Amino acid sequence: MRPESEDELAEMVRAANGPLRVRGGGTRDIGAPVQGEVVETGGLSGVTLYEPGALTLVAKAGTPVAEIEAMLGAEGQRLAFEPMDHRVLLGTEGEPTLGGVASANVSGPRRISVGAPRDFMLGVRFVDGAGRVVSNGGRVMKNVTGYDLVKLMAGSWGTLGVLTEISLKVLPAPETEATLVIPGLVAETAVAAMSRALGSPFEVSGAAHGVAGTCLRVEGFESQVRYRTAQLTELLTGFGAPQVLEAVDSRALWRRIADVEELATDAGDVWRLSVRPSQAPGLVQQMRADQVLLDWGGGLIWARVPEGTDLRARLEGFGGHATLIRAGAETRSRLAVFQPEPAPVAALTAGLRQKFDPRGILNPGILG
Amino acid sequence: MQMPEPDARVLSIKPQLVKRLREVLPEDAVIDAPEETRAYECDALTAYRCPPLCAVLPSSTQEVSDVLRICHELGVPVVPRGSGTSLAGGALPTADSVILGVARMTEVLEIDYADRVIRVQTGRTNLSVTGAVEEGDFFYAPDPSSQLACAIAGNIAMNSGGAHCLKYGVTTNNLMGVTLVQMDGTVVEIGGAHLDAGGLDLLGVICGSEGQLGVVTEATLRILRKPEGARPVLIGFDSNEVAGRCVSDIIKAGILPVAIEFMDRPCIRATEDFAKAGYPDCEALLIVEVEGSPAEIDDQLARIIEIARRHDPVELRESKSAEESARIWLGRKSAFGAMGQINDYMCLDGTIPVSELPYVLRRIGEMSAEYGLGVGNVFHAGDGNMHPLILFDANKPGDLEKCEAFGADILKLCVEVGGCLTGEHGVGIEKRDLMSHQYRDVDLEAQMAVKDVFDPKWLLNPAKVFPLPVSAGRRAG
Ligand SMILES: Cc1cc2nc3c(=O)[nH]c(=O)nc-3n(C[C@H](O)[C@H](O)[C@H](O)COP(=O)(O)OP(=O)(O)OC[C@H]3O[C@@H](n4cnc5c(N)ncnc54)[C@H](O)[C@@H]3O)c2cc1C
Repeated sequence: MRPESEDELAEMVRAANGPLRVRGGGTRDIGAPVQGEVVETGGLSGVTLYEPGALTLVAKAGTPVAEIEAMLGAEGQRLAFEPMDHRVLLGTEGEPTLGGVASANVSGPRRISVGAPRDFMLGVRFVDGAGRVVSNGGRVMKNVTGYDLVKLMAGSWGTLGVLTEISLKVLPAPETEATLVIPGLVAETAVAAMSRALGSPFEVSGAAHGVAGTCLRVEGFESQVRYRTAQLTELLTGFGAPQVLEAVDSRALWRRIADVEELATDAGDVWRLSVRPSQAPGLVQQMRADQVLLDWGGGLIWARVPEGTDLRARLEGFGGHATLIRAGAETRSRLAVFQPEPAPVAALTAGLRQKFDPRGILNPGILG
Repeated sequence: MQMPEPDARVLSIKPQLVKRLREVLPEDAVIDAPEETRAYECDALTAYRCPPLCAVLPSSTQEVSDVLRICHELGVPVVPRGSGTSLAGGALPTADSVILGVARMTEVLEIDYADRVIRVQTGRTNLSVTGAVEEGDFFYAPDPSSQLACAIAGNIAMNSGGAHCLKYGVTTNNLMGVTLVQMDGTVVEIGGAHLDAGGLDLLGVICGSEGQLGVVTEATLRILRKPEGARPVLIGFDSNEVAGRCVSDIIKAGILPVAIEFMDRPCIRATEDFAKAGYPDCEALLIVEVEGSPAEIDDQLARIIEIARRHDPVELRESKSAEESARIWLGRKSAFGAMGQINDYMCLDGTIPVSELPYVLRRIGEMSAEYGLGVGNVFHAGDGNMHPLILFDANKPGDLEKCEAFGADILKLCVEVGGCLTGEHGVGIEKRDLMSHQYRDVDLEAQMAVKDVFDPKWLLNPAKVFPLPVSAGRRAG
């Protein structure tokens, strides 16, 4: 099904008598496999409002991310949360849509300094599982009128409703950027170096550790970037002499980090863990992965392990959550893709899904 | 503004309730003498008052859980309270409710500079969170003007903002985890020192839920390293339109100041009379502050000044020192006090799209003339969050009602131009009955469904946020 309007979508959901699989661009085949008729949001597309002077953009959910980024780029602005393009890691095809980014709350390295889509979404419209069209939030930057269902929809993987329209806060793109790369650190010292940098006043907007080395990004006006690079170099002298990547190379590097490119080529399952940064080195040791990439100063661990590995079993009781991002269908049905929740939280989640999707027809089973 | 009739059954079981509460709390943590419950009869929306049935001051999550379990069992409504500085009546009791205050829960549980988090009990005041990490040169970013008094509990419940949220975001963007006690006493841990939720973003909906989903007893907050320095520039214009255009041009130029504050003529005049900050006599005034090293600040201020010059400012005053910065901020910081010197005032909090600023200010001026009540505007211009201060005389019969009607008209105007009723103060009782102007029934229904899940009996702060007729069926059940 491919509705051409919100009303048509609402009608389809109301009329549905079996499960529905909600799909934007189809590039993020994540979660337990879902059986059901596909509902595609591609017909609900287009930017409906863009005010650069107010840093706001409103677009329909099926709008390609690339279209939005091009429009923002022309005004020297951007989606600051730097959404990952999952096609690289998952080998999927199609065009990522705004609705997909929002429903999966997809961010990138800059998550650590500016936030995730949840922090930039100002308002949503969606069709819930009963076919009701609901609106929440708006298009202004500060809004505490009623409950924040916008955040609830962000990262809900289509289980509470099908997003139809999203308003976003956007930010100016900086004049330039640079990256310090420190070679040869082990996870423990790398996390220490990244913590030191992130705890400095120099506004580090990316802190990752992978094949390239330990990478620290600064952004801003030309003179600012020069100043911050020098200050960070001095601050981190104990960790070794960094190489400095100028704007073009720096941009390319962070694109690769955002898309987890270095874990993409070799076979194996890929897990994504959000953890307390200082616990990352210990967890990395415990998980015995074939390859890891640390982002968010250590707070995000990407790990590649042999197919079918239950990574959580190796990390008994860690604080945080692990998601199985890339694996075969069999593994995804067998292992919980999303972190199992403690009973009282699970009860709240189940209660909310029951309210917003009383018939249980929206992406049933996707969350495991 | 109306509150529901108190439930006679609940009033009648007061002795039994108090006895049960004393079984789980120390003697001095249960306050039931009428002369003492009066201390909890209102928050900062002082026009409305009502002493509660009793008040409790638990000291731990366990005690909070015990209290809630008892109230749940006996069917007694509970109104959570932080420091009582809500401007929306969020902490206003009803005669049949128990006030649950977290004022005794002020401990710092953990500070971790490497992971950049602090965990506190939520009765701790906003400013003392920053105080706890100052020795490490860190701070907690959301800074409501009430920060000396207001508690993290209230900040979370209202999703409070502050002068610096243009750059750092509001409470919800700086909150990483909570311990929440549900009305039936269940203790839930959500989030922590890691980022984002593994499943549904429950934290996102708890923040800003005005004490209606659970009592938050502990919170993990993001802390940041202090910037090297900060300095403002003051810019005066002879029209609101031009000032509005200047704000928009600064933002478009790729500069992200930490604050852009706006004051209009009535407000400038009042503060000049009161604080003598040496502000220019003009229609509109902007205070734009940037952060960084001295050189970074110079550079950004130069860019801002160049943009401002294109708009023919009547005054341009760049701060070169801490004293000059303090002088520039002096007037802005005394604005509320200054308006208070003139008369009683009501502080509104609507948000509008920044582009609508000139139109909205003009309409407010026209309405001010129609109602015969003065109004001054001081607000966070970068994000369109307005704070019109309507002057009235509380001792003059009918003036409060007139002021409320004027306020409602301004908020409706905010919604009409694409904005909202409240940007940071919350709905509480104050804007409760206006909710239907912003949301359709189906939208409110979706929000209330969330409360149905967290608090099926609707015992937590039940008469707030949703218009009484809209929530009636649920509250009765
Ligand atoms: C002079 C002045 C200036 C102000 N400036 C600002 C400003 O700049 N920005 C801004 O955003 N606000 C501002 N405010 C409003 C107010 O300070 C904030 O809303 C603040 O967050 C309220 O905190 P509190 O601890 O006083 O909460 P209270 O007033 O006690 O309660 C507020 C709400 O929180 C709920 N609540 C309290 N504790 C809990 C808990 N433990 N669990 C769940 N719910 C709870 C209450 O039920 C109520 O609904 C200002 C107020 C004043 C008086």
